[in-house]
Amino acid sequence: MQETMGLIISNEQIADATYRMKIKASITEAMTPGQFVNIKVKEHLLRRPISIASIEEDTFVIVYRIVGDGTRILSEMKKGEMIDLFGPLGNGYPIHEEQKDVLLLGGGIGVPPLYEVAKRYRALGKTVYVALGFDRKGSVFFEREFRKLGCQVVVATMDGSYGTKGTVLDAVEKAKIDVDFVYSCGPMAMLKAIEARYQKGYTSFEARMACGIGACMACVCKDREDGKLYHRICKEGPVFAIGKVGFA
Amino acid sequence: MIDLSVNLPGLHLKNPIIPASGCFGFGREFAQLYDLSLLGGIAIKSATPDQRFGNELPRVAETPMGMLNAIGLQNPGVDVIIEKELPWLAQYDVEIMANIAGACEEDYVEVVKKLNDHPTVKAFELNISCPNVKHGGIGLGTRAELAAKVTAMVKAAAKKPVYVKLSPNVTDIVEIAKAVEQAGADGLVLINTLLGMRLDLHSGKPILANKTGGLSGPAIKPVAIRMVYQVAQAVKIPIIGVGGISCAEDVLEFLYAGASAVEIGMMNFVDPYICPKIIEELPKVLAKYGLESVAQATGRSHRNG
Repeated sequence: MQETMGLIISNEQIADATYRMKIKASITEAMTPGQFVNIKVKEHLLRRPISIASIEEDTFVIVYRIVGDGTRILSEMKKGEMIDLFGPLGNGYPIHEEQKDVLLLGGGIGVPPLYEVAKRYRALGKTVYVALGFDRKGSVFFEREFRKLGCQVVVATMDGSYGTKGTVLDAVEKAKIDVDFVYSCGPMAMLKAIEARYQKGYTSFEARMACGIGACMACVCKDREDGKLYHRICKEGPVFAIGKVGFA
Repeated sequence: MIDLSVNLPGLHLKNPIIPASGCFGFGREFAQLYDLSLLGGIAIKSATPDQRFGNELPRVAETPMGMLNAIGLQNPGVDVIIEKELPWLAQYDVEIMANIAGACEEDYVEVVKKLNDHPTVKAFELNISCPNVKHGGIGLGTRAELAAKVTAMVKAAAKKPVYVKLSPNVTDIVEIAKAVEQAGADGLVLINTLLGMRLDLHSGKPILANKTGGLSGPAIKPVAIRMVYQVAQAVKIPIIGVGGISCAEDVLEFLYAGASAVEIGMMNFVDPYICPKIIEELPKVLAKYGLESVAQATGRSHRNG
């Protein structure tokens, strides 16, 4: 991890309030799937932790949603501008070469980190099932991108305006996808439902952070088994093996 | 040659820069970024008698030029700190202040006794801003007689100098500073965070699970400067200034106000290299304003000339 300035290659809207930014930066080569970068947005002090969606040779991609003033400013940044990055941070998704097939479950702005996981498994020639969940049709993104990689993709929307009506698990159910090794990222309720159903794989968590490196204790979670043990989402996570983190 | 060194009770600082407690953990994460021996000192994460998990999440929220936090003194407990963290910190040439917190006065004394003989700890820093169980949840730092009582109890037990970190959430900081000085404190650290709150626009409820949190960052710097300025003229013991420092010029302002050294808090999150950067810049800034040493700057605001 290090602090560095990256060059914005592109920054474009890909769905309602959702943007994709491609950044050229020296820290790209150290990145692994599921890690995040902590981004300083101009006049705002605290950095924004944003997951890494795709890792290329010397560029990487982030996908973010406008949720406040900081991400709004980020969305207004232009190609050619420099961006203050700190990372890569956290522990990402381990890739299991022995797996014949995997299921990726992404909800909303939790979808992006799964894209690099799909790339890695497709490069290994594995079968990759992807279930994407959004609130409504206008929020859907990356469906085509996953298909281009050769993944089997199903989509669910909460209001039923696109794909299966309901959650990613409803879409998995409907498509009768029978895979027991899952990678997920999304809202807490979705992660809880996924961990109640699957025993093998990895879950990525989100939390308000301050330092992003494990010093400030803003983003801790409890261990599911050991009540005295805690994990820092930014440091030991954001990705944990299923069953590791205790849900409130 | 600009002299950055500062000698305070128990603390022989090669420079006046100390990461503030709670913003630096036990240094392990920052040690991956730079050599901790560059620092003057480190105020390590608060120690309590037993492990504390802290508050529910969210624990932090951003504010204009600052942040709110309500971590809840999460720490592994003093025994684990002695066993795991202090031996690790001993490898660095840096003065360690052990920050101590508790739910009642006896907690402070218990932790101090356990740390008394540890050679890595050079001084104690009492966090008297946390809500106190025995006194109905109010901070010991908000009443002069309570602040003095815990200071005296700790002084009676401590074998190392005791610095008391004062709460700014009071009507008269000078009264509390004087009470703590009279009770035997060897130094003061001011200020701790200012109590604040933010509400979520969707839910209408507080963002922090703890509802209220401590405001830190550049937003509080003028408040801290004012308090250091007032207290420095009323006490004889040294002051370590803290509150929103983000550059060497800010350090100089605190020194002028009456601080002998400073702590850097929130800005460690914004720029993880902030402390070494300030240490590099400080001699240039002192020279720019015609100063030859840190000591020369201390208290300039209330001296003649």
